[in-house]
Amino acid sequence: MSYLADVAALTRKDLRVELRARDTLPAMLLFVLSTLVVFHFALPEGAGDDAAYGLLWVAIVFTALLGLARAWVPEQEHGVLDGLVLAPCDRSAIWLGKTLATLAFLLAAQVVAIPAFVLFFAPLDATALAGVLLANVGICAVGSLMAAMAAAGRARELLLPLLLLPLAIPLVVGGMGAAISPDGGRFLLFLALYDAVFAVLSWASFEYVVTE
Amino acid sequence: MGVALVLALLVAPEDADQGISQRIFYIHVPIALTAYFCFGLGAWKALMLLWRGDSRYDLESYVAVHQGTIFGALTLITGSIWAKASWGVWWTWSSNQLVLFLVLFLFYCAYFMLRFSIEPGPRRERSSAVYALFGVVLIPVSFLAIRLAEDFIHPTVFTREGPQMTGTMFAAFCVSWAAVTLLAYVLYRVELLGKRLDVDLRELREALQ
Amino acid sequence: MIRARGIEKRYGRRRALAPVDLDVPRDAFLLVTGANGSGKTTLLRLLAGLAAPTRGSLDVGVDRARLGFLAHEPLVYRELTGVENLELFGRLYRVPERRERIGMLLERFGLWEARNERVSAFSRGMTQRLALCRALLHGPELLVLDEPYTALDEQGADLLDRALDELVGTRTFVVSTHEPKRVERLATARLALG
Repeated sequence: MSYLADVAALTRKDLRVELRARDTLPAMLLFVLSTLVVFHFALPEGAGDDAAYGLLWVAIVFTALLGLARAWVPEQEHGVLDGLVLAPCDRSAIWLGKTLATLAFLLAAQVVAIPAFVLFFAPLDATALAGVLLANVGICAVGSLMAAMAAAGRARELLLPLLLLPLAIPLVVGGMGAAISPDGGRFLLFLALYDAVFAVLSWASFEYVVTE
Repeated sequence: MGVALVLALLVAPEDADQGISQRIFYIHVPIALTAYFCFGLGAWKALMLLWRGDSRYDLESYVAVHQGTIFGALTLITGSIWAKASWGVWWTWSSNQLVLFLVLFLFYCAYFMLRFSIEPGPRRERSSAVYALFGVVLIPVSFLAIRLAEDFIHPTVFTREGPQMTGTMFAAFCVSWAAVTLLAYVLYRVELLGKRLDVDLRELREALQ
Repeated sequence: MIRARGIEKRYGRRRALAPVDLDVPRDAFLLVTGANGSGKTTLLRLLAGLAAPTRGSLDVGVDRARLGFLAHEPLVYRELTGVENLELFGRLYRVPERRERIGMLLERFGLWEARNERVSAFSRGMTQRLALCRALLHGPELLVLDEPYTALDEQGADLLDRALDELVGTRTFVVSTHEPKRVERLATARLALG
């Protein structure tokens, strides 16, 4: 399927660009670790595991925001986005390629962050981790689209968090529920629902955001 | 006409005669419903814009979202007053509707930030439209999330009560609802007309130069 | 091939392009001239399909796959090498015999030695030459070039002259430029904006 081949080519391109430029991923890693340390000092004595999970989710959302803020930068240098839009491929493939790449970066940051969290604060069971994975998909899917919209305007670094945070609230609820609720499955189902709905919506809308 | 019905709006709660808490209810709920409706209308116009590509829908969508945000803010304010009157606190996380409106209010405020950071043109129209669509999808998803969050985040301290309504009270409520809806409609038309006049005036000026 | 009636572009209050009529037959060479701000770039973007006209009707007889566009910006990734950039666009444009064609173009425009260097290391002239390769990669029927000579060095300009000489008559061209003298001889039609 040439659609998937296009997506693969685009994702590979993003991974390659990041490998060369090496600015986003190290920043995300450092940021999430520093944030966790800050949280240690921010949590009062005897706060309990639940509070720690809450902070984990804040850390995840803000780390994702950091990564997403840089997501479309390679396309803005030299106006490459126009070049991609001109190509005969489906414009939604551009979104999908970018989302998958951003997802990869977020996962890479979490590969370090999650063990660090478990070490510093509290254990995470399978349901909690599943919650993280599902929420990642949601954040990256919606985030890629919002980042593209923000990139069209001024003050894009300021705008992206404003656009994304309200949309991230259901994800935080889902993730927290997966981590601390005895009936975590319900929350995982909710996260899957969010992912399905918003990923499809983002996939379908991208075309309109990048064309005039 | 709008003025007459606003007066009717004030009269209806008087009839109900249940004290401040109930009176606010007669305004609060219709305002909330109207806000939902405005957001829905905004999303509908947005869909039309993306589908048909006619720029007229952009202004209509924007004005609808604008009205929705104003009514959303009013919902929060009246909701806060109601909370104070009913339970003695200005804010409570246990009122799902209030929390939902807070999230939506934040979302739609960001709509304006988005809109005014992009240069006028098709880009701005389309991005605004897509965002408005996201908003309307967010409403049920957020509601579900808030319901789910009840479990563990905020134990329900206050019972969520909708007042039991007798026939006359219900009638009063409906009058109130109609009045608020009409108010919203009038405001919508007025703002839309105003903005269209601005555009026409500008085009006229340019044509004369 | 291209038919435009009264196409106009506005961004809110700002009018970027005053109404234009065009008839460009196949294999013609349309030379677009005009001062800065007269709308040359906007017109070319409309023809390339990057923007839709606010008013008027526009019919460009080819789809995206057979259209090559050269913008003010090079439209190539800074962090990728010359070859990697062309590989990516080659894939997206489904260019047959990609490798050979890329090699041929790189050589044609004097970029073969630098092919494995990142674009960030290129000179401005080299970047523009790579942009030309990108525009020509898929053998488009319609070439829309926005001031192609602007960023080129002397060597690059000669290479472009040669390439145009070869292709003229077998492709349709719409070229905007500040220096009409360079391409005057090739033009079959002219449009002055502003």
